[in-house]
Amino acid sequence: MSNRTVSQRPNGQNQGKICQFKLVLLGESAVGKSSLVLRFVKGQFHEFQESTIGAAFLTQTVCLDDTTVKFEIWDTAGQERYHSLAPMYYRGAQAAIVVYDITNQDTFGRAKTWVKELQRQASPNIVIALAGNKTDLANKRSVEYEEASQYAEENALLFMETSAKTAMNVNDIFLAIAKKLPKNDGNVGNGLTSPGSRRLGDADGGSRMSSGCCK
Amino acid sequence: MDEEYDAVVLGTGLKECILSGMLSVSGKKVLHIDRNKYYGGESASITPLQDLFERFKAPPPDETIYCKGRDWNVDLIPKFLMANGSLVKLLIKTGVTRYLEFKSVEGSYVYKSGKIYKVPVDQKEALASDLMGMFEKRRFRNFLVFVQDFDENDPRTWKDIDPKRTTIQELYDKFGLDKNTQDFTGHALALYRDDDYLNTLATETIERIKLYSDSLARYGKSPYLYPLYGLGELPQGFARLSAIYGGTYMLDKPVDEIVLEGNKVMGVRSGSEVVRCKQVYCDPSYVTDRVKKTGQVIRCICLLDHPIPNIKDALSCQIIIPQKQVNRKSDIYVSQVSYTHQVAAKGWFIAMVSTTVETCDPENEIKPGIDLLGRIKQKFVTVSDYYEPINDGTESQIFISSSYDATTHFGTTCDDVLDIFLRGTGEHFDFSKVKLEGGDEEP
Repeated sequence: MSNRTVSQRPNGQNQGKICQFKLVLLGESAVGKSSLVLRFVKGQFHEFQESTIGAAFLTQTVCLDDTTVKFEIWDTAGQERYHSLAPMYYRGAQAAIVVYDITNQDTFGRAKTWVKELQRQASPNIVIALAGNKTDLANKRSVEYEEASQYAEENALLFMETSAKTAMNVNDIFLAIAKKLPKNDGNVGNGLTSPGSRRLGDADGGSRMSSGCCK
Repeated sequence: MDEEYDAVVLGTGLKECILSGMLSVSGKKVLHIDRNKYYGGESASITPLQDLFERFKAPPPDETIYCKGRDWNVDLIPKFLMANGSLVKLLIKTGVTRYLEFKSVEGSYVYKSGKIYKVPVDQKEALASDLMGMFEKRRFRNFLVFVQDFDENDPRTWKDIDPKRTTIQELYDKFGLDKNTQDFTGHALALYRDDDYLNTLATETIERIKLYSDSLARYGKSPYLYPLYGLGELPQGFARLSAIYGGTYMLDKPVDEIVLEGNKVMGVRSGSEVVRCKQVYCDPSYVTDRVKKTGQVIRCICLLDHPIPNIKDALSCQIIIPQKQVNRKSDIYVSQVSYTHQVAAKGWFIAMVSTTVETCDPENEIKPGIDLLGRIKQKFVTVSDYYEPINDGTESQIFISSSYDATTHFGTTCDDVLDIFLRGTGEHFDFSKVKLEGGDEEP
């Protein structure tokens, strides 16, 4: 768990309510999952992004009117490659972005499989967004916008075409998810799924990991 | 698969996943394979419930009784984590704890003459406990005070015992503890499985009692912790650590042969593919010709629609039945977890009774434990062989873990893992190689 409270907006003003959500990324290898996260969290893009980003998860906050939404973003760490993603990955996820590559029809087919998998495995209230990534390569497009859009509508998914390279719609898709997530009291605070449970290494029994014992 | 790896790890049980994580963190190129389509091997938590019933060839569970199958994650091997034990330290130092949530186990009990009692662990509880008579309480209290103050490096705390010579039996006798008190001290506090420890150094038992009380001091009601969604989350957490550091994962992949060149491993064959590697790390089931059977463990999974009687409706607990109480050589362990741990449907409890097998009728051996549970809705019994490697692996570079023993916590599990890592790499694991900034990173 992250070791700091996020109590400030980027402009330094204090916020009223902070909600924390676990968001997972799904999709075939090389569709740009890590690149989307890196663009959203760090504003960076690397043409030859390595296949894993080497982090347990990254965090980023989004500000809505009276609420700060803090995303704890999990990347697959390559475990999707041979269909070996651990069920732990979906646990407690309140949001998911299923990514495909608009230049590769197969990845769209796989994206549908991931959506089904989420509907089967994840919590019933999970907010799912479908991202057609790599719109900067629109000249090589093989998945039509309308086709994906219609599929998303039929399955009640948020949908956007994105480009991690140009940053198109990257912040927007996270913002759209943030808006759709329920901001009730259950999500305020420490991000733990069960009352009375704890993360180890906590100094205060809350969600914060004390840095002293684990560095 | 036509790449060469530093290490191929076979099986995704907890031991193999910890090893895989440590190897990847140490910069080794790791391929991790499991023949099953799920993580965890023998240390998996089975979900949905249908899969558990199928595994034991029982007719499918009735959803009107057991609710949704996906609400269940049933451990195959019962264990708890000692709050101050080596697995918890490993979880914290590797950062894997970030993927997990834990709950404290609510109660720790010991069986005496057909009844169960809360394990007294501090002076106050010792004096209040019904487990002992008035004078014995005083003696036990004095013993606990001595243990708490004892410091191997400070002769003033030794009170004329010799840390290098005094056995625990001699220490018990010095404090005048009677057999009953010795029994629960050795078995419910120091967590020895049998009485072989009585002739070992007192300092070892003192160390174990301190682990128990330090663990208790960390979070409260008992020294034990249990992860939400079951113990199967532990191997998955370490597998993710391995993956984050570049480990490659393949589930549902048959392993047909470990290929040797001379006496040394050179690869692993799956079907017609051979993946080359310098080392193999695996559980005994992948190398049946390189392990020997050294015992058996019986484990009985019981589904209950009520908590175990006489534990004040605790949602989780451990009960230890010391061997002498039931005329055995090794203890019987009972553990209970429940729907509050996300391992069972609402209102349901999972109890496990386990012990080291001593006779040819193991089911009868666990009867004293089963009898404590009250009405049992469904019962699944496994008797598993306990395997150990026949050599230390340095010649073949095939490093094999032992099966999971009947102990109640992960102490021996971690010892085995750290020992294998040392044998395999010639080094102790360097925790400073784990970068903990991921997840703690300020955007």
